[in-house]
Amino acid sequence: MKKFKFSEEFNRKVAPTVARYPRAEAALIPLMQEVQRELGHFPDEAAQALAGLLGVSYARVKGVLTFYTMFRREPGGKYLLQVCRNLSCHLAGSVKLLEYLKGRLGIEEGGTTHDGVFTLITAECLGACGTAPVMMVNDDYHESLTVEKLDKLISDLRAAAKAHK
Amino acid sequence: MGEQILLKHKVVSLDGYKASGGWTALEKATRMEPAAIIDEVKKSGLRGRGGAGFPAGLKWSFIPKDSPKERYVVCNADEGEPGTFKDRELIRMNPYLLIEGMAIAGRAIGARTGYIYIRGEFAREAALLEKCIGEAKVSGFLGDKLFGSAFGFDLHVHKGAGAYICGEETALLESIEGRRGQPRLKPPYPAVEGLFACPTVINNVETLAAVPAIIERGGAWYAGIGAGKSTGTKLFSISGPVKKPGVYEADLGIPFKTFLEDYAGGMADGKKLKAVIPGGSSTPVLTAEEALNAKLDYESLAAAGSMLGSGGIIVIAEGTCMVDALLVLAKFYHHESCGQCTPCREGAGWTETVLRRFEEGGAKPGDADLLLSIANNMMGRTICPLADALAMPVISFIAKFRDEFDAHAAGNTCRMGASR
Ligand SMILES: Cc1cc2nc3c(=O)[nH]c(=O)nc-3n(C[C@H](O)[C@H](O)[C@H](O)COP(=O)(O)O)c2cc1C
Ligand code: SF4
Ligand code: FES
Repeated sequence: MKKFKFSEEFNRKVAPTVARYPRAEAALIPLMQEVQRELGHFPDEAAQALAGLLGVSYARVKGVLTFYTMFRREPGGKYLLQVCRNLSCHLAGSVKLLEYLKGRLGIEEGGTTHDGVFTLITAECLGACGTAPVMMVNDDYHESLTVEKLDKLISDLRAAAKAHK
Repeated sequence: MGEQILLKHKVVSLDGYKASGGWTALEKATRMEPAAIIDEVKKSGLRGRGGAGFPAGLKWSFIPKDSPKERYVVCNADEGEPGTFKDRELIRMNPYLLIEGMAIAGRAIGARTGYIYIRGEFAREAALLEKCIGEAKVSGFLGDKLFGSAFGFDLHVHKGAGAYICGEETALLESIEGRRGQPRLKPPYPAVEGLFACPTVINNVETLAAVPAIIERGGAWYAGIGAGKSTGTKLFSISGPVKKPGVYEADLGIPFKTFLEDYAGGMADGKKLKAVIPGGSSTPVLTAEEALNAKLDYESLAAAGSMLGSGGIIVIAEGTCMVDALLVLAKFYHHESCGQCTPCREGAGWTETVLRRFEEGGAKPGDADLLLSIANNMMGRTICPLADALAMPVISFIAKFRDEFDAHAAGNTCRMGASR
């Protein structure tokens, strides 16, 4: 396995994160989140390195990595689209939104577009059912969605991704 | 409409909070004996707003008085129960209420440290809490020697990473400790052996946010609001086809019909009420008639055969296929089972498989009974109540809408298909 090197920024955050808890191992998930925030996903090599850093087993880090759905082990698109599929969103038409996205982006659930801009997945209740149907784009909530709003949103995101290239 | 205690002010700055009367309860608490704080909370009748409705003061009193260990206050802001979106609103409206409530809880149980476990998706709300905590520390409302007393309290935000089961209190503790979120066997209860094996109080956001008003105005004042043993106000989050879905604070005991019409604006687009899930997706469904005769409090909803739960009300209109709705819930609980207990892991999987037969074709006449028998085998046999949380909807959906299940089985398909 390739040796993983933490960033300077990450290294600066280790001590204050660990200091929040009486046991270093409690900093595991926050530090995993920090790695993912920097890289966009959490590579397996980082699991080995983090295990060493906190003095926990590699198996434990892998166990955590596979248990929590927000950790992404493979690189994905620039924008992660998460469509809520739970009851309130379902009643408000989330199935239609998902079908629309699959069609427009030409991918299935779990897929990433060829240009690397979008990854599409479904999520369970996102805790915003009053403004159903709901979709997250990375850390942002998009609420009370309709196919029209979604259509514009996707166009805007595509344009933003192009402008950044 | 009754008095607003939790959603009274939109406050997002420390100065704004002070101006609204903030921190006076904490100051008072630093001068009170811990036992007197717990007594006041007991007197208020405040019950847990996370779902189970356990009396908060009583829970605090279980913390061993003589333990030499550290103690912790943990706030459950995981908000994952489908249909529930009140804690997010409360944090956005007034994050300081929660912060002050946690500090008072710390004073009451002798804790110097608190953690807010907030679901990872609420990144904005987590950042808001971090900002407010930081400012409170700088201004001396958190940290050492508060208000010149010997009491100090520090607070940290801990973000979840996507797992509904971490809303269960012991799974949440495992998660803070840096492990997979698998519920622990109880006893020991968290009050005795909780976070880092130390005595711990875990409460929901809304429970803790109600504490400052109780300390400031007295338990008796709070107990005078509401109905019988359901004291105080409650945040109800209502979703589904109503005119004004959202989060509303109302006195416990308000009739559902009044709430639906006066707060949520009634049904949207001339739709007709068919069913109501009154307290988050795990609480038994009520028919329209049952719901319209029910009051929104712990005892009335129990008498109606359901539960107040988290106060997450999901409204279902005529034309909705109940088999399809139940399948959505079964998929969810199956996906979220942590897998430790066979009845939960296998039962949830089976329930989903059988429900798919109803929706996609291939259901047999006895399949509704098969679902009931799977559900009965899941109830009360597991480490945590997640298995019950699926069994209860299954049993209630079939009891009240059996004809739809039978029609699916007979016709081999879903005739409504409306929402799919
Ligand atoms: C599967 C499951 C999920 C739960 N999710 C939550 C949740 O998201 N938020 C919450 O406050 N309580 C949740 N609870 C209830 C907690 O276990 C616990 O009872 C609660 O945090 C106690 O606080 P309270 O007494 O103030 O309600 C959940 C329970 C179970 C079994
Ligand atoms: S009931 Fe289900 S979720 Fe709860 S501990 Fe057992 S397997 Fe895990
Ligand atoms: S069901 Fe989609 S946010 Fe709750």
